[in-house]
Amino acid sequence: MITISAISDIFPVLMQGIKITVTVLIASIICGYLMAFIAGFCRLSNNVILRKFTGLYVEVFRGTSLIVQLFWLYYALPILFGFDLGSDFWAGVLAISLNYGAYMSEIVRGSILSVAKGQTEAATALNMSSFQRMRLVIFPQAVRMMLPEFGNYLIQMLKATSLVSLIGMTDILYYGDILRSSNLSQAPTVYLLVLVFYFILALPLIWLTRRMESYSKKGVASQ
Amino acid sequence: MANPIVKYENVHKSFGEVKVLKGIDLDLMPAEKVAVIGPSGSGKTTIIRMLMTLEQPTLGSIVVDGKNLWQMEKNDQLMDANEKHLRQVRGDIGMVFQHFNLFPHLTILENCMTAPIHVQKESKASAKNRSIEMLEKVGLGDKLENYPSQLSGGQKQRVAMARALVMRPKIMLFDEVTSALDPELVEEVLTVIRGIANEGKMAMVLVTHEMEFAQDIADRVLFLDGGVIAEQGSPDEVFGNSENERLQSFLHRFRR
Repeated sequence: MITISAISDIFPVLMQGIKITVTVLIASIICGYLMAFIAGFCRLSNNVILRKFTGLYVEVFRGTSLIVQLFWLYYALPILFGFDLGSDFWAGVLAISLNYGAYMSEIVRGSILSVAKGQTEAATALNMSSFQRMRLVIFPQAVRMMLPEFGNYLIQMLKATSLVSLIGMTDILYYGDILRSSNLSQAPTVYLLVLVFYFILALPLIWLTRRMESYSKKGVASQ
Repeated sequence: MANPIVKYENVHKSFGEVKVLKGIDLDLMPAEKVAVIGPSGSGKTTIIRMLMTLEQPTLGSIVVDGKNLWQMEKNDQLMDANEKHLRQVRGDIGMVFQHFNLFPHLTILENCMTAPIHVQKESKASAKNRSIEMLEKVGLGDKLENYPSQLSGGQKQRVAMARALVMRPKIMLFDEVTSALDPELVEEVLTVIRGIANEGKMAMVLVTHEMEFAQDIADRVLFLDGGVIAEQGSPDEVFGNSENERLQSFLHRFRR
């Protein structure tokens, strides 16, 4: 069943998909974190409209499935509004980053809110402006609380990138599916290797998460 | 006689339905040391928190160095102060908190030098030098690179004082600064406060439960009860022979 020769046939084919998986991942991480911070701060804004609007975004994107969001962006939006994202790449990246951005914005919001009130008061007593309080006192502490959770979402985002194969992007899973459909008996070898590929890609992310966790433990011991 | 540096006029404060302060009138002279005593829940802390702009009065005005703290004039109209106005007026006020509120992500030295650099735009070198000097003065010259979590409560509170003093305030507020400390650590903090008081330059308001200490360093003692200043006078008057019954029973509980 799973033979060395089969593995050596399948391996180079799957390798072709790595580039897409990795670029979608990197772009999604950047856009996802950006979205998380923008939405997280908007939800803390004094502006009611901004706050409610962002709240709606977060609930909609958390409450519906990522794959349906992906299909909306890729298939439905262009037809409904004549609004084309230009490429399957951006449809994939946007779907993943909007979805995970919604989840992570709650981490941003929660972390900032959980910095003790006394910190804001001490900063006020030192006559800092509200921007200085955020930049020098609240945010640096909040980030340390965000890091471990952010790390978990890194790995989740990697796994989510496999969905872009469904809109025809040639990532690792896409090549795996092609191999399987041309020879069903190879399915165990193919999907075993696909798992291995994703796991190896996850290793640096796991390592990074650990680093973030240990960094976050430094210097936040609250009083 | 000099003008008061802080003037409370008919200041009221409610939290929801609860009226905490019901008309406070108070003049604080430059370099005057005032101790505020009273049962818990009497609004002692609220008095100084309003001066530090941490709570807004419900009614009345607080004037700092001739400037109205919570109100500003704009187009000849009096309106609620915005942040810019608050920052202009509160710049000469410093505060030390019951629970220290040090910044846990910064070293002791950084805790002290951050505000002079970013708020007062002092050069980094000068802020650093003055912070080190101040930390040496409170006896922590050997802890500069430590983080707050590595210090004892008394040490933390001394850092908090150095952090406030580096800003060169004209008015220092102390909010029950020994209440969260283990008994054996109280004295080291009081010693530092005594040192600051003896230099005599700053006006100080101390909300405290340390009666002997209040008697020792205060020029004037206020007894707060039921949301008003129920009694005030020199320490001898207040602790000696006041006829106010509430004050007597309050002091009695402390002297058991």
